[in-house]
Amino acid sequence: MSPNEGLTIAIPRGALFAETLDLLDELGFDTAEVRANDRKLVFPELGLVTTRPSDVPTYVERGAADIGITGKDVLLEQEREVYELLDLGYGRCTMVVAAREGDDAIEESLRRLGTVRVATKYPRIAARHFAETGRHAEIVEVKGSVEIAPLVGLADAIVDLTATGATLRENRLEVREEIVVCTARLIANPVAHKLKAARIDALMERLRR
Amino acid sequence: MIHPIPPGTRDVLPDEMSDLRAISSTLRETFDAAGYGEVRTPSMEYEEVLRIGDERAAGAGFRLFDGQGRVLVLRSDNTIPIARVVATRYRDAEPPLRFSYFAHAYRAVEPGRGQTAEFLQAGIELIGVPGPEGDAEIVTVVVRALEAVGLEHHRIGIGDASLYPALLEAFGVPEGERRPLLEELAERDLVGLERRVEALGLPEEARDALVTVPGLRGGPEVLERADGAAAEAVAGLRACYELLAERGVADRVIFDLGLVRELGYYTGAIFEVYDPAVGFTLGGGGRYDELCGRFGRDLPACGLALDVQRVHVAQTAEERDRTWAVRG
Repeated sequence: MSPNEGLTIAIPRGALFAETLDLLDELGFDTAEVRANDRKLVFPELGLVTTRPSDVPTYVERGAADIGITGKDVLLEQEREVYELLDLGYGRCTMVVAAREGDDAIEESLRRLGTVRVATKYPRIAARHFAETGRHAEIVEVKGSVEIAPLVGLADAIVDLTATGATLRENRLEVREEIVVCTARLIANPVAHKLKAARIDALMERLRR
Repeated sequence: MIHPIPPGTRDVLPDEMSDLRAISSTLRETFDAAGYGEVRTPSMEYEEVLRIGDERAAGAGFRLFDGQGRVLVLRSDNTIPIARVVATRYRDAEPPLRFSYFAHAYRAVEPGRGQTAEFLQAGIELIGVPGPEGDAEIVTVVVRALEAVGLEHHRIGIGDASLYPALLEAFGVPEGERRPLLEELAERDLVGLERRVEALGLPEEARDALVTVPGLRGGPEVLERADGAAAEAVAGLRACYELLAERGVADRVIFDLGLVRELGYYTGAIFEVYDPAVGFTLGGGGRYDELCGRFGRDLPACGLALDVQRVHVAQTAEERDRTWAVRG
């Protein structure tokens, strides 16, 4: 059997890409071609499709890929109808609430205006976190560079993923609350999970080792 | 010019419509031949009446008010209304009762997900026949119907709604801890499930069973691996398998011990319908032995509904795959 067990696998370009390729190497994939190609996205002979991390669940949910690898952050944000099978352990980051060093914009806004303005790429996670902690929040969705939002007055705080905190510190932001730790996860299409059960289980067995 | 229609709804034009009609009439012929008479219930019902069947009114997504200010809902499935019909219109009829339906149901959608707000269900309900006899009949009729429609590769996933709760009970998981575990299972988050099971600090045998059983799926051999704590549910599935083998449809079946369905009224066997040509389920159902009783006529029952448009997509996808296979 080929390393992919005959399955189509969606893998994330971006922050998880390098470690995902290392993992595939360990499983016996020859990823040299994937590493050499920035533009080529589909590798049929390897059973691989490379996409943005946030698109992986879309490919898997709709069955264009049988299984996929993406971050827990993406899964929490999108709530897709996919199976979450395995915590792969790498790509460890924390979803946090951060605000400007030393200021009390969050508390002040809540006290005087009854709500806090939060900029984020993760509107659902942010909304859920503030609702769960009994605070009203006005969620401002942005697509990138969230860190600048508190600096230019777009928001009082941000909800974002941080690995080392370096970007936050560069922008003079500090972590105020930790929401959840996120790692890379193996996900599966619900139909493939049944119809290709033996192949998916065989791949999982090799991943567990 | 754009005159929008609500998200999740669609216009159906003649070419597609004639395909859908053909599918429905093929299904209807099979259902009829098996003795399932077609019924139609109102598209809208009183919310308080549907709530008798399921506390969330089967997850109804659309509510309206009538002239007297009473809350109506667009039905989100056809099973609860049929349970109402059984208890009110057939209160003295000798069971078993067999009904089929071809009717739209309505659910809320999230934009951009390709979900349908209005979908045509073709289904059958068998009332008064307990499992596994009744379960096997439902599966057999649906397999025959899908074969008649031309879905060569379809499969029926079979699980049991009582299986995981039985494991939790058998291993003495405290009442308060059970719901979160069942929610992880319903959300298909097996990582989260394992984590919560670990946190319970159970003996190794219990821990292993609670983590591995939901991942068991395949032929009848998976039933061997789940004996013991869930013996009753497993015995039911095994008996169902034997009946299906007698009827010659056993190789259509995939047992899935982690299968869970959204609706809260299922009490035993649960079903999902798959086709390898498409990545979504074509329908589902299960055993609901308490539902008719909630409306006042205590009878065991079981049913399955197909989404006709999804069956159509699978049919065209199978045709496409066959054409490609021929062309090489």
